[in-house]
Amino acid sequence: MTAYLKLDHIDKSFARGNQVSEVLKDIRLTIDKGEFVSIIGHSGCGKSTLLNLIAGLTRVSAGAVLLEDKEVDSPGPERAVVFQNHSLLPWLTVYENINLAVAKVFGRTKSKAERHEWIMRNLDLVQMAHARDKRPAEISGGMKQRVGIARALAMEPKILLLDEPFGALDALTRAHLQDAVMDIHSRLGSTTIMITHDVDEAVLLSDRIVMMTNGPAATIGEVLAVPLARPRRRVELSSDRTFLRCREAVLKFLYERHRFVEAAE
Amino acid sequence: MSIQAIEETTVKAFPAKPAAVIAFSAKARRRFDPIAIAGRLATALVPPIIVIVVMLVVWQIACSSPTASLPPPSQVWNEAYDLIAHPFFNNGPQDIGLAWRVLISLQRVAIGFGLAAIVGVALGALVGQSIWAMRGLDPVFQILRTVPPLAWLPLSLAAFRDSSPSAIFVIFITSIWPIIINTAVGVRNIPQDYRNVSRILRLNQFEFFVKIMVPAAAPYIFTGLRIGIGLSWLAIVAAEMLTGGVGIGFFIWDAWNSSRLPDIIVALAYIGVTGFCLDRLVAAVGAFVTRGTTAN
Repeated sequence: MTAYLKLDHIDKSFARGNQVSEVLKDIRLTIDKGEFVSIIGHSGCGKSTLLNLIAGLTRVSAGAVLLEDKEVDSPGPERAVVFQNHSLLPWLTVYENINLAVAKVFGRTKSKAERHEWIMRNLDLVQMAHARDKRPAEISGGMKQRVGIARALAMEPKILLLDEPFGALDALTRAHLQDAVMDIHSRLGSTTIMITHDVDEAVLLSDRIVMMTNGPAATIGEVLAVPLARPRRRVELSSDRTFLRCREAVLKFLYERHRFVEAAE
Repeated sequence: MSIQAIEETTVKAFPAKPAAVIAFSAKARRRFDPIAIAGRLATALVPPIIVIVVMLVVWQIACSSPTASLPPPSQVWNEAYDLIAHPFFNNGPQDIGLAWRVLISLQRVAIGFGLAAIVGVALGALVGQSIWAMRGLDPVFQILRTVPPLAWLPLSLAAFRDSSPSAIFVIFITSIWPIIINTAVGVRNIPQDYRNVSRILRLNQFEFFVKIMVPAAAPYIFTGLRIGIGLSWLAIVAAEMLTGGVGIGFFIWDAWNSSRLPDIIVALAYIGVTGFCLDRLVAAVGAFVTRGTTAN
């Protein structure tokens, strides 16, 4: 059986003038359908670049991203991204923001009533149906991120890409949204890749954690499987031995073996 | 000149003069409390009324001596009373009220400025979107935009062989530069996130233009339109003085040739008030259209 998503010997370098900086080197990873994978690493290690490569927003320098054996070479709605800063269009309401995506993706295949129902179903999924006529400026940061997730889910993507989705949120809001994402993942079984720099978040949400070495020429240092049963509850897990062991493994990787050296930047 | 340098000079060059006009945004209207509204109206109206009265008194005193070269306000009132009291009289082809003349000038502005808005936004979008269009066109725009409006008039008279289209062309060519340049800056400043959203959704060029580019750049576009309408009102008066016809500009020239100074003063007031209204009109449309766009 071939993998659902395959990152096949990916290199990525950026050229600026005649100076070439190698960001990612020899990334190899396969992800199964329905899996929740986190990518963790220090800032500047190229994890966002990796996500952009999977999204197709930037092109690989060498190697290939294969989704169901088809090469990814441009962005598309089957690889929906939830951006760190939500990226909702401020002149549209919550409903219109999602409608922009739904009208484009399902404009031919769904009737108007079906599209409306689909938008409302996705808003319900993130518990934002009450704010459908509000503009992004009128709702809180956590709510915006919920709408961002609803917009991505409404594209019915093959892979959901989360780019540090909770990075800009306070701890409590973040916990709520993590629960929401876990709930959605268990209900829809969506294949998900999440970029994060939060160890607890990675262990709590993921089936596997991909740990990146430091740049330049960062690569995958280690992949940790998280053998915790679902559904997971954060309060119970906080004293669970497997959870703590996984957490320790990630911390050791990040802070002992691949310590972030500012001078290397 | 490097790209950044062009961009910086472009951004800075324009707001320099009209900034004073733009600063007063119509943000005062929010709550609907009659007493508060009355209070706010009073604070807005009383100071300018006092200033105008003081100016009229000073003017009256300064021009009262028999040797004064300019008429005092009282003389303006007496001699140009017809023009002040009856803006809409119509006594034949060359003897019409000032409101009619202003409307005729406004009609020319509407055509010239309307064309400039359409072409300017389209060209600005092109220059903002394409690095090569910018490299090629921006230097040309930067040079042409410094040409004074009236310098175009002889050329356009030669090209169109008629005064009315020439005046319209002068308005077009005067008001298009700030529209192009501001639109281009606005398009260049569209956040990469919005572009990413449109790429993931696979919006085509047209959808991107209508659904992302125009709303995202709308505040910049309206700044350009507002500067443009001000410049075109400046240009039409000057152009009409030279081309003739029935516009307000020619009226002033005609009044000067027949030594009717009070008429000129009344016409100036008409021009000022109309220009002010035009500016506020574009600002109000802009505030309405871009509501929510700037807040994030």
